[in-house]
Amino acid sequence: MERNQMHTQVANTRKSLFDQGYLDDQFIQLEELQDSSNPNFVEEVVTLYYRDSARFLSNLDQALEKRPLDFSKLDNLMHQFKGSSTSIGAKKVKTECTHFRNYCSARNAEGCKRTFQNVKKEYTTLRKKLEAYFQMSRQVGPVETACQAR
Amino acid sequence: METTMNHQITSSKSQQLHVLAVDDSNIDRKIIEKLLKVSSFKVTVVDSGSRALEYLGLEENTNSTQFDDLKVNLIMTDYSMPGMTGFELLKKIKNSSTLKEIPVVIMSSENIVTRIDRCLEEGAEEYLLKPVKLSDVRRLKDSILKTENMGMKPMESNNRKRKRNDDRLPVLPSSLSCHINASMSPPASPQQPTPKLC
Repeated sequence: MERNQMHTQVANTRKSLFDQGYLDDQFIQLEELQDSSNPNFVEEVVTLYYRDSARFLSNLDQALEKRPLDFSKLDNLMHQFKGSSTSIGAKKVKTECTHFRNYCSARNAEGCKRTFQNVKKEYTTLRKKLEAYFQMSRQVGPVETACQAR
Repeated sequence: METTMNHQITSSKSQQLHVLAVDDSNIDRKIIEKLLKVSSFKVTVVDSGSRALEYLGLEENTNSTQFDDLKVNLIMTDYSMPGMTGFELLKKIKNSSTLKEIPVVIMSSENIVTRIDRCLEEGAEEYLLKPVKLSDVRRLKDSILKTENMGMKPMESNNRKRKRNDDRLPVLPSSLSCHINASMSPPASPQQPTPKLC
């Protein structure tokens, strides 16, 4: 009975990540690629994302220190980071990236700096939530998804 | 009596289609590899256009049947890559006498009509918007299998397959049907020998 409750808890946590707009359909696409031969695929991808994107974020931090700002470089860096974020379904992060790129196009330094703070905030928030979710999932064991479309 | 049997040269059902995927992003490489493996492709993943050409150059030299498992049936490449872009890679492949028959698909996060047109004009099979989905890969597989099974050449430059902005589904060219040779029969059953009447 307890196991069922835990399953339900995991499912609810997962659902709230979508309902609150942290994750989008792309995350589900990744879940659909997960199977018994590769039961941690989603977590692996997310881990890779956080490892990889740390580099982009620190490059962006550095680039934002320069005077004058190189908007083209900033945009290029953010384009790559946005791509990765999109690939894992990080919805809020992706939105902030778009705002950043818009400010780059407008050559708005203040806008860039402000939205970059938002990007980092969403990035960190999502990380915490996903870590908690994965940990919970692991404790419970594999949860069957509603439809395994193959 | 002569038997008129049209055997299609199918990429043998026991052999998997081999895709070479090119992307500079670690994450996207991991995902595309999985997408392709789940769809029963054999996959080779590289991180740049130059490495792709190296790999293809290697497969060029091993053109005999015993190296069939190296033969690449499809190339999927990211558009925006440092060094050689996906577009530049596409051009090099289409300009190569040995490689030009290999269908090339461009993947990009950017839905830019002029870019899409340019890629298709240069001979790209399709332009897929990232993130690439399982349904995209499945559709590609069907399209490639069809091409191979009918012994047709991959889309020639005058076949435009534009990805519409409002619709993720690419328009499969109706021109595909124009290439069907009427004398071809499905591989399933051999034709009965036609008796000659004198």
